[in-house]
Amino acid sequence: MATTLFEKVWNAHVVQSIENGPQVVYIDKHFIHEVTTPQAFAGLDKRGIKVLRPKQTIATADHNVPTKNQLLPIKEALSRKQVDTLIENCKNHDIELYGLGHPFQGIVHVIGPELGITQPGLTIVCGDSHTSTHGAFGAIAFGIGTSEVEQVLATQCILQTKPKKMRINVDGVLGKGVTAKDIILYIISKISTSGGTGYFVEYAGSAIRSLSMEARMTICNMSIEMGARGGIIAPDEITFEYLRDRKFSPQNFEEVVEKWMQLKTDDDAVFDMEYNFDAADIEPMITYGTNPAMGIRISDTIPNLNDAGLEKALQYMDFQKGQSLIGKEIDYVFLGSCTNSRMGDFRQFCSLIKGKQKAENVTVWIVPGSKQIEQQAIAEGLDKILSDAGMELREPGCSACLGMNEDKIPAGKYCISTSNRNFEGRQGQGARTLLASPLMAAAAAITGKITDVRTLI
Amino acid sequence: MEKFTTIQTASVPLNMEDVDTDQIIPARFLKATTREGFGDNLFRDWRYNNDNSLKEDFVLNNPTYSGKILVVGKNFGCGSSREHAAWAIHDYGFKVVVSSFFADIFKNNALNNGLLPVVVSPAFSQKLFAEIEKNPSTEIKVDLENQIIEITSTHQKESFDINPYKKTCMINGYDDIDFLLSLKDNVEAFENQYQKEF
Ligand code: SF4
Repeated sequence: MATTLFEKVWNAHVVQSIENGPQVVYIDKHFIHEVTTPQAFAGLDKRGIKVLRPKQTIATADHNVPTKNQLLPIKEALSRKQVDTLIENCKNHDIELYGLGHPFQGIVHVIGPELGITQPGLTIVCGDSHTSTHGAFGAIAFGIGTSEVEQVLATQCILQTKPKKMRINVDGVLGKGVTAKDIILYIISKISTSGGTGYFVEYAGSAIRSLSMEARMTICNMSIEMGARGGIIAPDEITFEYLRDRKFSPQNFEEVVEKWMQLKTDDDAVFDMEYNFDAADIEPMITYGTNPAMGIRISDTIPNLNDAGLEKALQYMDFQKGQSLIGKEIDYVFLGSCTNSRMGDFRQFCSLIKGKQKAENVTVWIVPGSKQIEQQAIAEGLDKILSDAGMELREPGCSACLGMNEDKIPAGKYCISTSNRNFEGRQGQGARTLLASPLMAAAAAITGKITDVRTLI
Repeated sequence: MEKFTTIQTASVPLNMEDVDTDQIIPARFLKATTREGFGDNLFRDWRYNNDNSLKEDFVLNNPTYSGKILVVGKNFGCGSSREHAAWAIHDYGFKVVVSSFFADIFKNNALNNGLLPVVVSPAFSQKLFAEIEKNPSTEIKVDLENQIIEITSTHQKESFDINPYKKTCMINGYDDIDFLLSLKDNVEAFENQYQKEF
């Protein structure tokens, strides 16, 4: 029978099916971090059991770490305790930890691919919803809760109901200044925050195929913002090229590539739901509200609808229906998060600000996704471009994406953020977040207001 | 996990759509290393002003409403995978959440913690909100064994779906992990055969 890419990978991992119930799915790689794991390890300790396959679990500290002076003890007692608990748990259970000070430390969804741990055909989970990022490699990757983290630690398996199948095709050529972030914000604005619930989404079409691995990760990363369990993209030459010579890529690479090439949806496979978009319709995007589906093309205006949710959001953001966002003054710019903190994002951002100055009214936070990216940015002289523009390269972590460390946007302030969520208070109590691409963030950083980046390039 | 069979109480209505987990429990309260105590910060920024005084107009602060059943709008629990959201609702004292539509991960997390997510039709959800508004002490009965939710004053009822495996777990208080641990031999057999293929 014709099967989809998702089904091929899924079926290869089913240990058994429970009648009228979920399936037992084998997990190849499990990423863990300090925030969603302490209770899971405590559960194991209470049962008196050890992690079943410690070599398949990889740990890092990212969610609540400081982005300055990382080698000093963490000031905030609770954050410090979480990080220390992770260190302790990893030691007790023989798990490799890329913690603070380690050259591989970084945001969990950035380091997995960068180290070549994320590979086509694998099942990958992590106690973080943006685990969907890893699907860019043709892996099945999804976020789980802490009880499920405990299940995987204890048994290397998880109980899951097989999701339905959706395909989203984006065909055509992207316009000037339009990036992967704009594609995904556009899709979510059309499908809504719940349109993908119950589905696993495959992204396909010529516009997707043309994207770099980093850009594909940006797309898969935000699958969860439409409610989907995860996103997946068939591996191809671009994927193999990215993975060649990575730290943990397979030794017998060419042989494995032969297998990876089989990982694609059969021509006559059927999806439960399918959407088609034309790349030419997409412009640089920006969000105006308090969920990621409340986004518009930069030349559009805030929709004029009678909707309680919209009204509540606009009240929070202090925007009006029918308003254009162009020219609106902003206070903060955040380049970072597992959506957009990779080298390509840094290069794009720097290409626009090179030789220019940050606007006076704006505070800019530049947070790399990993230690390796930080080092690479320095090697390429990007730190110099940033400092010449009055901006500063910080140290890696989730930072203002969720404001668990000190990097919080103050109440009432507007932040153009390259992260993935604009929920109320996500970046700090009362903070007003506008999601956009690194290019749009750069444009705002130098002009001090919301600017159509196409007017600057 | 706590066992769940039947419950009949008044309810607390939160008639809003797309309530995300950052609202249910903001990230700054995720720093604990245990599962307890999250109820204090449930809906923190909707419930409290910055000076920690209560926001009178938020439904959890309205003494008219009480009970162990939280009735919410559609797409409840979207956003982050934080299980802390389910812990916070349960720790606050709710045993059931009723919605016409739940976000995926939240629903799993709730089921894994003895918090029953009941999915009703949009029409029944409307009825619930209307009845509760009319009479805040209206009791709702949730019978898991028979999969029935009922507004006791009007006898309006509807049956709800739940995965039979999950139902058994809820009724008996079984954890998934106990079940998975019992499959150890099968997992090892799977690994052996799987490694040969890859
Ligand atoms: S950067 Fe943000 S979305 Fe990504 S893992 Fe960290 S907190 Fe989650």
